[in-house]
Amino acid sequence: MKYLLILLICLLPAFSYAGEAKDLAEDPVLEKRMIGLAENLRCLVCQNESLASSHADLAKDLRQEVREKMKQGMSDQEIIDFLVSKYGDFVLFDPPMKSYTILLWYGPFALLLIGLASLVYQLRKRKNAPPENQLSAEEARRAEALLNPPKDSQT
Amino acid sequence: MMRFWPFVVFVVLAVFLYIGLGLNPREVPSPLINKPAPAFTLPQLHDPAKRFSSQDMKGQVWMLNVWASWCVSCREEHPVLMALARKNIVPIYGLDYKDKNADGEAWLRNGGDPYTLISTDADGRVGIDYGVYGVPETYVIDKQGVIRYKQIGAITHENLQNKILPLIAELQAK
Repeated sequence: MKYLLILLICLLPAFSYAGEAKDLAEDPVLEKRMIGLAENLRCLVCQNESLASSHADLAKDLRQEVREKMKQGMSDQEIIDFLVSKYGDFVLFDPPMKSYTILLWYGPFALLLIGLASLVYQLRKRKNAPPENQLSAEEARRAEALLNPPKDSQT
Repeated sequence: MMRFWPFVVFVVLAVFLYIGLGLNPREVPSPLINKPAPAFTLPQLHDPAKRFSSQDMKGQVWMLNVWASWCVSCREEHPVLMALARKNIVPIYGLDYKDKNADGEAWLRNGGDPYTLISTDADGRVGIDYGVYGVPETYVIDKQGVIRYKQIGAITHENLQNKILPLIAELQAK
């Protein structure tokens, strides 16, 4: 009896999962299209999750909204435009190229170019610089005297 | 001169990171600002047989406050709305979002009812139209029915005094 109860408790998560499955629509083709679209959209409640994978209530509602719009015959682009008009570009995981996203799209390349330019500049400078380790005759004599001092002056 | 460069880069980076710390990732700018408020007609909370239509509000400045009995931050916001309602400056219309009518009414009985009228959005459809993603959210809508301001999260006394009330005064004077 006790083991049966433990077994039942272990099965509880499976039952709760069955509750989630209701979210699935009957039409598998439509469902696949919806998931494909929703994977590229951000859930606004849990911001790093996609609309397809999120369990937030709002994500569920929005998936339903997307399904219904698909049934009404709206194209993927029309549905995306609708969501952007309500929630802004933030719903897109792939932000569009706009005047205020130039830095986002080209910033890394600009940094790379700056890095390359300064590297080339440094290397050129090093090549053109006069070699530093050549000693004049006087310096060589002094170095020699320091490194090999005459034996009698050691005391 | 050259050896100061790493320091300059560090300072620039530090400034960017400092600004980044102060930003709230929850506050997503709404594309609906300065756009016509989406029209809706919904049943009223206190009398579901009657309906409220947003079109009836043309010609006056009003606030649309999205709330729910299950919403934690709404409790924090509630006293601010009560104080605002007592001043009688602007009508506050409630939108009870994805809530049960009985729960919503019980919540108001406990904390008081600051709303001129409340409509219920049981399935969250109107919420999607308004781009609601975190309750509470509040919209200031002008006489032409255009959204002028959106508050994401609870209204505080501070942003009421500094932003919302001055804006409402300006819109009402037009």
